[in-house]
Amino acid sequence: MGSIGKIGFLGGGNMAKALAKGFISAGLTKPSGIIASVHPADKISQQSFQALGIETLVENAPIVMQSEIVFVSVKPQVVPQVLAEIKPISANKLFLSVAMGITLKTLESSLSPQSRVIRVMPNTPALVCSGCSVYVRGSQANDADAQVTQRLLEAVGTCEPCDESQLDAVTALSGSGPAYVFVMIEALADGAVHMGMPRDLAYRLAAQTVLGAGHMVRDSQTHPGQLKDNVTSPAGSTAAALKYLEQSGFRAAVAGAVEAATLRCRQISSKQT
Amino acid sequence: MAKLDERIGFIGGGNMAFAIGSGLIAGGIVKASQVMVSGPHLENLSRWRDLGAVTTDENYDVMEHTDIIFICVKPHMLAPCAAQLKYKYVPSAKDASKLLVSVLAGTTLNTLEEKFAFIETSALKIIRTMPNTSMQVGEGCTVYAGNPHCSHQDLEKVHLMLNSLGLAQQVPETMIDAVTGVTGCGPAFVYTIIEAFADGGVKQGVPRQMALQFAAQTLLGAAKTVLLTGKHPAVLRDEVCSPGGSTIVGVHELEKGNLRATIINAVEKASLRSAELGKK
Repeated sequence: MGSIGKIGFLGGGNMAKALAKGFISAGLTKPSGIIASVHPADKISQQSFQALGIETLVENAPIVMQSEIVFVSVKPQVVPQVLAEIKPISANKLFLSVAMGITLKTLESSLSPQSRVIRVMPNTPALVCSGCSVYVRGSQANDADAQVTQRLLEAVGTCEPCDESQLDAVTALSGSGPAYVFVMIEALADGAVHMGMPRDLAYRLAAQTVLGAGHMVRDSQTHPGQLKDNVTSPAGSTAAALKYLEQSGFRAAVAGAVEAATLRCRQISSKQT
Repeated sequence: MAKLDERIGFIGGGNMAFAIGSGLIAGGIVKASQVMVSGPHLENLSRWRDLGAVTTDENYDVMEHTDIIFICVKPHMLAPCAAQLKYKYVPSAKDASKLLVSVLAGTTLNTLEEKFAFIETSALKIIRTMPNTSMQVGEGCTVYAGNPHCSHQDLEKVHLMLNSLGLAQQVPETMIDAVTGVTGCGPAFVYTIIEAFADGGVKQGVPRQMALQFAAQTLLGAAKTVLLTGKHPAVLRDEVCSPGGSTIVGVHELEKGNLRATIINAVEKASLRSAELGKK
């Protein structure tokens, strides 16, 4: 496969930084192959990109003009006005939108009919190349577009295609999911500190435990219920802890969180005209 | 099916005893003529006579004339019953070969050995069992533990009998209280669940009788699927829960209602109570 053309980021926030950093680390492109637009007041983001060796501008139009692949990574509320701004120069470009809740319909109708759009839902662990992304092809996007999207996102973690109808649930799970896990890690550490463990050790153990468990589910063909059974000896400490979790409605809380996030995504999506 | 030649006795002829006795006869494990049962009121033992078993109102008759003796009195009657047997007791050469099988919930081997210590043998054989009421329909779940004097053959004979009435498993005695919470008390929990399912159906417009039958059959089918496929129940559950479908909505309700914790608690409290009773 050939080299990737210049990559532009409209909006230089956390997701853009994570992706840019990942692409460079994976050797997919050099810092000179990336350009980003950053709000003039956002000095911190400007500095982050510049620290990576990436040029930043305050205007969106030059980003689009100089790039073959353009990430739409501004906040969702700002997307309509940005798209309106760049529509005249959007032909023959591939737009990868990471904006939560902005539908393909909105994106395609707001850009040139000669543009190609793919919606992408990555997540913040892309920052450490352990991201979890899905993408949805727009009506004009072709196989080469899909392949380059997959290639880019696999530089920062896993990547799978999916249907647009799934995206709200995906956002609720892998998009927001890291936040739920951060809360869980804090809680694990709190529990351990309560029982006498030094805080820093507690965080290290908590994080690695979550990571390890994640690996086991992802990489084995075994159902997580079975994996749970395998570590739960009769009358042991794990059984006591699991009982506490069940009594506390842990499963319902987590499933409910995914439901609440999905519904919020749908709410946001449906507000678009 | 293999048969036993021993004479089988039941001291106490109530529902549990009858479930076992009638099941053994119907299953061809023993002939009715090999069975003797005792109870305080002969008129209450007519269903045994209908089967062809011998009945008596004298507990000692059973002890004297049978080889494998099921102790099926209510736990609080054990002491008076044992005292009465002791009073009538005459040593016999056959004492060492007798096998006592207790179905008394929560009554330990220690207690049983103590109560039957009057039998003059240094090697009294006792097996403690925890059966359950589903024995009545041949789907019992029984665990058992033998005292040190029980031979391999003794345990095998009891296993043969209990396994013909459902599922039987030898376990260390220390596990019996925990198992009681699941298998001994479990049927009551399941009856409650079946009723709730039926109520749910009726609320949605299904006639009561149909709802009840469907509820029971649904549980039976699910249980059978677990036992026969050997698949983890979580895997089986996943297979029924299509994305965005009706089942997952229902499952989520169960989680919100904390079904799992409730059942875990029920088993725990029942097991602890069983242990408590055993100490009295």
